[in-house]
Amino acid sequence: MTTAGYTIMQTVRPDRSTRFDVDEVRRDFPILREKVYGKPLVYLDNAATSQKPQLVIETLQKYYSLENANIHRGIHFLSERATQAYEDARAKVRGFLNAAESREIIFVRGTTEGINLVAQSYGRKFIGEEDEIILSAMEHHSNIVPWQILCEQVGARLRIIPMNDDGELLIDEYERLLSDRTKLVAVTHLSNALGTINPIKQIIQIAHRGGVPVLVDGAQAVPHLKVDVRDLDCDFYAFSGHKLYGPTGVGVLYGKATLLDAMPPYQGGGDMIRSVTFEKTLYNVLPYKFEAGTPNIAGGIGLGAAIDYLSQVGLDLVTEYERELLDYATEAVSTITGVQIIGTAREKAGILSFVLEGVHAHDIGTILDQEGIAIRTGHHCAMPVMQRFGVPATARASLAFYNTREEVDALVGAIHKVKRMFSR
Amino acid sequence: MTGLSELYQEVILDHNNSPRNFREIDGATQIAEGYNPLCGDRVVVYLQLDNDVIGDISFQGSGCAISKASASIMTVSLKGQTSTQAEDLFQRFHSMVTGAANRGIDPQALGKLAVFSGVREFPARVKCANLAWHALHAALDGNRETVSTEEAGSDATLADVQG
Repeated sequence: MTTAGYTIMQTVRPDRSTRFDVDEVRRDFPILREKVYGKPLVYLDNAATSQKPQLVIETLQKYYSLENANIHRGIHFLSERATQAYEDARAKVRGFLNAAESREIIFVRGTTEGINLVAQSYGRKFIGEEDEIILSAMEHHSNIVPWQILCEQVGARLRIIPMNDDGELLIDEYERLLSDRTKLVAVTHLSNALGTINPIKQIIQIAHRGGVPVLVDGAQAVPHLKVDVRDLDCDFYAFSGHKLYGPTGVGVLYGKATLLDAMPPYQGGGDMIRSVTFEKTLYNVLPYKFEAGTPNIAGGIGLGAAIDYLSQVGLDLVTEYERELLDYATEAVSTITGVQIIGTAREKAGILSFVLEGVHAHDIGTILDQEGIAIRTGHHCAMPVMQRFGVPATARASLAFYNTREEVDALVGAIHKVKRMFSR
Repeated sequence: MTGLSELYQEVILDHNNSPRNFREIDGATQIAEGYNPLCGDRVVVYLQLDNDVIGDISFQGSGCAISKASASIMTVSLKGQTSTQAEDLFQRFHSMVTGAANRGIDPQALGKLAVFSGVREFPARVKCANLAWHALHAALDGNRETVSTEEAGSDATLADVQG
């Protein structure tokens, strides 16, 4: 297609969804052809951020080349075109999560902002002194600190669902924590440090018995698992675009319309108002009430493209392929003498966290990096998880559907190199 | 030597495996803790100052090979030095690992510490090398608060910003 002298390459291949071919999908990600220190890039840091397919890159370029304008404001051609593209993206997100209505999809900067929004808007209105918020022991700091800030503001308390040595939440303990003081449950769908898939549906059902709403941190789950917010019956679901093969700086907060309607605005500014005088301001309807200021328009549209791409590849096929790859990686890495896998839950996806006897995770990271292998080392913004397992840090390989068995073999080879280096 | 084998020299691996002066000092005149919030590494440095001379120095904590070996070799290098000499050595060490100094820095002047010259090729690891030294600096200042590599400044590299 050529528009205004600008060529858009089509990366859409409509016959995709019946089979999965890793070599084919790898060709969609230009960065995977890069070399690091002269070696092929082995990118195993997908839980930190994922790489971007050509379709997303082209969409961003197309937006800035052909469509850039502010949205919901101008009556001119470009503004309407940009508004349409942005709202189309919102509709794609609605479909992706199977939300009932597009107005339940709030664009935010990322999961972190989505959680902060709920803490500061829902939390400050509906949670008070002596009330309790239940979190789990495997939360990312972004699903801990916003609640601690809220607790300081309103005098509420945190209660923590413990986990077993495999990194599975203790549901019996969770049921015991629930009381008439409980005003909210906030848990991760998939642990970024352990890879555990939590029984979110069950956790929600239990909370709803007492009429307690549940926020789900879906940052790690959405790239790997089909999420249906109506089937889960969750009250809030937050995720980030950049972990879903989309751009950075954009994310989504899903909320049930009844809850969002009852909540005060999170930030004040343009676009979130219906009318303003110095005496009184009337707020806009959902979702705009929560979208003050010019949003990340290109980011939202890019996220829509990422969702298109993922549906072309087929999320079910992705889940299946990644499951096999994680099993292969777990088997291969755990056979290395001295390696201990941290996070051995029965239900896992995408993440292989490990420690190596006598070698700190940072030293592993540096040596792997020299082999072109990108992993994350450290506490993964989940210090309580590290304390629970009695380790200062772990090395974490996190998978995406474009990773291969050969890359896992390269990881295993590099871990052996670490061992050789440290046993001199 | 390639970058990696220069970073993980045998001396460094030896101090990582068998850290020297890895103990507390009863009745230490100065104690300070260094903390790297990016990785969670901690080191506590104990000093016994007698008339401004370091009579005894030790450390405890957990960390990577670079931070542990750096702390160990630091304690070995500083025994018997005055606080001014210690601070001076820190400055020279800091310049070497951050690459701020001329690459032709005189290894003789740094003694055993010269084994850390490879660190400058690994900007993400500069803080590991400096952690114990920041704690030492705080201890000499009589600062009993935990000193964070983030507050200590001047180690700043592009690799600093993590989650």
